[in-house]
Amino acid sequence: MYHKEKSIQIKNSASALYNNLSVLRIAPRRLTHFTVVHANMVNMVSASWDGLNYTHRQLQSKEPNVATSTSLIMQAAFCVLPSRDLLVVTSQKGIQMYESDGSIMVYWHALDTPETPTAQAVFARGIAAVYENYICVGVSSGAILVFDVPSKGSNITLSEVLEEHKESITDMASECSGSQECIANLVTADDGGNLCVWKSGEEFQLLNKIPGFDMSCSSVKLWKGTVVAGYGTGQIRLYEAVTGILHAEINAHARWIYSVDIAPFSGLLLSAAEDSLVRVWHMTITPETNSVEVVHLHNECVTDTQICGAKFCDGDGYAFAVTGYDLSEIIRYIQS
Amino acid sequence: MSMRTLPLVFINLGGEMLYILDQRLRAHNTSEDNSEKGVWSENDRKRVMNDIVGTMFSKAFMDELLKPQQLYSHRTMKTVLTRLAHASIMRLNPASMDRLYELMVMAFKYQVFLCLRPKDLLLISYNHMDTIREFVKDTPMVVNQVDETHRKIIEAYSSLSEGELQLLRQTLLIFFQDMHVRVSLFLKNQIQNPNGRFALMTSGPVPHGTDVPGLIRIFDCRGREVRRREFPSGGSYTSSIREGSFELHGNRVIRLGMNMYTVDHPEETHTSRAPSVKTDGSPNPLAKEELNLLARLMGSMKTENKPKDESGFRINLFNTDEEEEEFLVQDEQAALELARIAGQFAEEKEEKPEKPSNNKGEELLAMMDDL
Repeated sequence: MYHKEKSIQIKNSASALYNNLSVLRIAPRRLTHFTVVHANMVNMVSASWDGLNYTHRQLQSKEPNVATSTSLIMQAAFCVLPSRDLLVVTSQKGIQMYESDGSIMVYWHALDTPETPTAQAVFARGIAAVYENYICVGVSSGAILVFDVPSKGSNITLSEVLEEHKESITDMASECSGSQECIANLVTADDGGNLCVWKSGEEFQLLNKIPGFDMSCSSVKLWKGTVVAGYGTGQIRLYEAVTGILHAEINAHARWIYSVDIAPFSGLLLSAAEDSLVRVWHMTITPETNSVEVVHLHNECVTDTQICGAKFCDGDGYAFAVTGYDLSEIIRYIQS
Repeated sequence: MSMRTLPLVFINLGGEMLYILDQRLRAHNTSEDNSEKGVWSENDRKRVMNDIVGTMFSKAFMDELLKPQQLYSHRTMKTVLTRLAHASIMRLNPASMDRLYELMVMAFKYQVFLCLRPKDLLLISYNHMDTIREFVKDTPMVVNQVDETHRKIIEAYSSLSEGELQLLRQTLLIFFQDMHVRVSLFLKNQIQNPNGRFALMTSGPVPHGTDVPGLIRIFDCRGREVRRREFPSGGSYTSSIREGSFELHGNRVIRLGMNMYTVDHPEETHTSRAPSVKTDGSPNPLAKEELNLLARLMGSMKTENKPKDESGFRINLFNTDEEEEEFLVQDEQAALELARIAGQFAEEKEEKPEKPSNNKGEELLAMMDDL
């Protein structure tokens, strides 16, 4: 169904972090940006669609005006809003927002770090762009910071702090089907596997809480009102977001899942784990009849590699890209 | 990232160090010509073990490690581990220490990489502590220190969730990133490939708490299963085995963290670097916090005054003295600061070993020809 294409070399190897690959497709310029985190650095490579041009850029996590500080980065993700695209980088020290090509930092938010280190680690992790112009970022305390993003410029403000989760945020996602009819447009996940479903607005509204089973949910997506969650046990679960009804449970992987992704136009689902396997599934969701179907389509094994990032490169799922711990390349697959 | 890595790093790296030193010291006892200079007696070996373990598991040192703090550079770790090794009558030249460190780190990287689930990190640490206890079993005072430390570790880590332990594991994986030193024993047992990467099987038991992959279950609104379907998992997995014990004593079940080295095959600890890979990248000056930690750790290690006429027993893992240059850090300032804190380090080169090492160098690991 898929075959391997030429890999893209990156300047450093990927670190073992959840969701360690972000992809932004820029159709008008016929290129795609990829970002992969390595320790305290984000490796960005922009690949032209004809396969002839690759431009590299590296971003460090730094507080502005503080020369010596760098900290470990937890995640980097592109945020697509109606009026602009931003690259958000979260680390132990704070949250940075860049123009999507990584050229200029437009915003910096420092996390409250205690004077003497506490046993509880401090970091930001979990990034999502939410309708209409919000960027949400999770924090190790369980709090979710909601930033209001103007259509241009750097006047980004912290609009709200949502305090519902009690454990560190792992990942979050906004409704990606493009449908305006979905009531819920954000799902957030934490280290205990708990999921919160929200409706965005001037004040975010908590619609539902789906309890975890003390097993970390490391990656989550929301499509057609259905939450797709990947867990440390290797299971994938599909829940109806607003009601919390469990529609499907897949014993998908033999190790911790690091990434799930959805191609919204086709309903393809991608899952990747430390077991070195990437799997492609197909979901059929009919909200009217409340029916869900999941079918397995394809496996790819990245030999001897614990996969840490996997994303579709386009909305149909025609191609996908994969990163692995200690691997200095982005492996690509396209449909045969 | 995690603030709780240090105790586990020292117990596991220290444990690997003791396994290797134990093998080196025992290998000498089996040399045919016992009249040869440089033979270690059983008592010498036990004394070395007791000295190192006693220092490593001292209350002061462990309490420093248990404070929440970041994981620092390889340079700092290596400095402290060298100092630990030299708490005994044994002496390692910088080149040997370099290689010893590589071996320790690659072994621990293997264990962290391959453990089935993050909680197994604790079982790996307990495996190391169990074997360490064996090494010093004839000295009750040191055994007590190990037990005390073990209790503190159980107390500190038992309550961590799988997610927090995974964060700890991810922090360790960043520490080990890009290290692909090839180890003879690993290559021989095919757990490492010639390119230096570890072999990851798509077979074997799944972790405790995970189901064997291959099943899709669909439910209706009332929670009843309406359909189940199987899919090819692409591997041959089996159900999880029973869980190991997290108590002070018990069967840990998993084998990671147990002593892999055998007395008869000293060549097992040969290492060689994969081409063009640096093991310790950063030439940056040590951050202030890092130096503070180093000073505190060094300060917390009690040193006994060695009688003047007894100089160290030199142990060589390799006999290349010109490689000492390698240890000298590129950053002069950092080197000076390290030397000042490390103190004893500067004196070692002048010591004349009572038992010359040349023969040992030849019997022991050969130099790394195949670089």
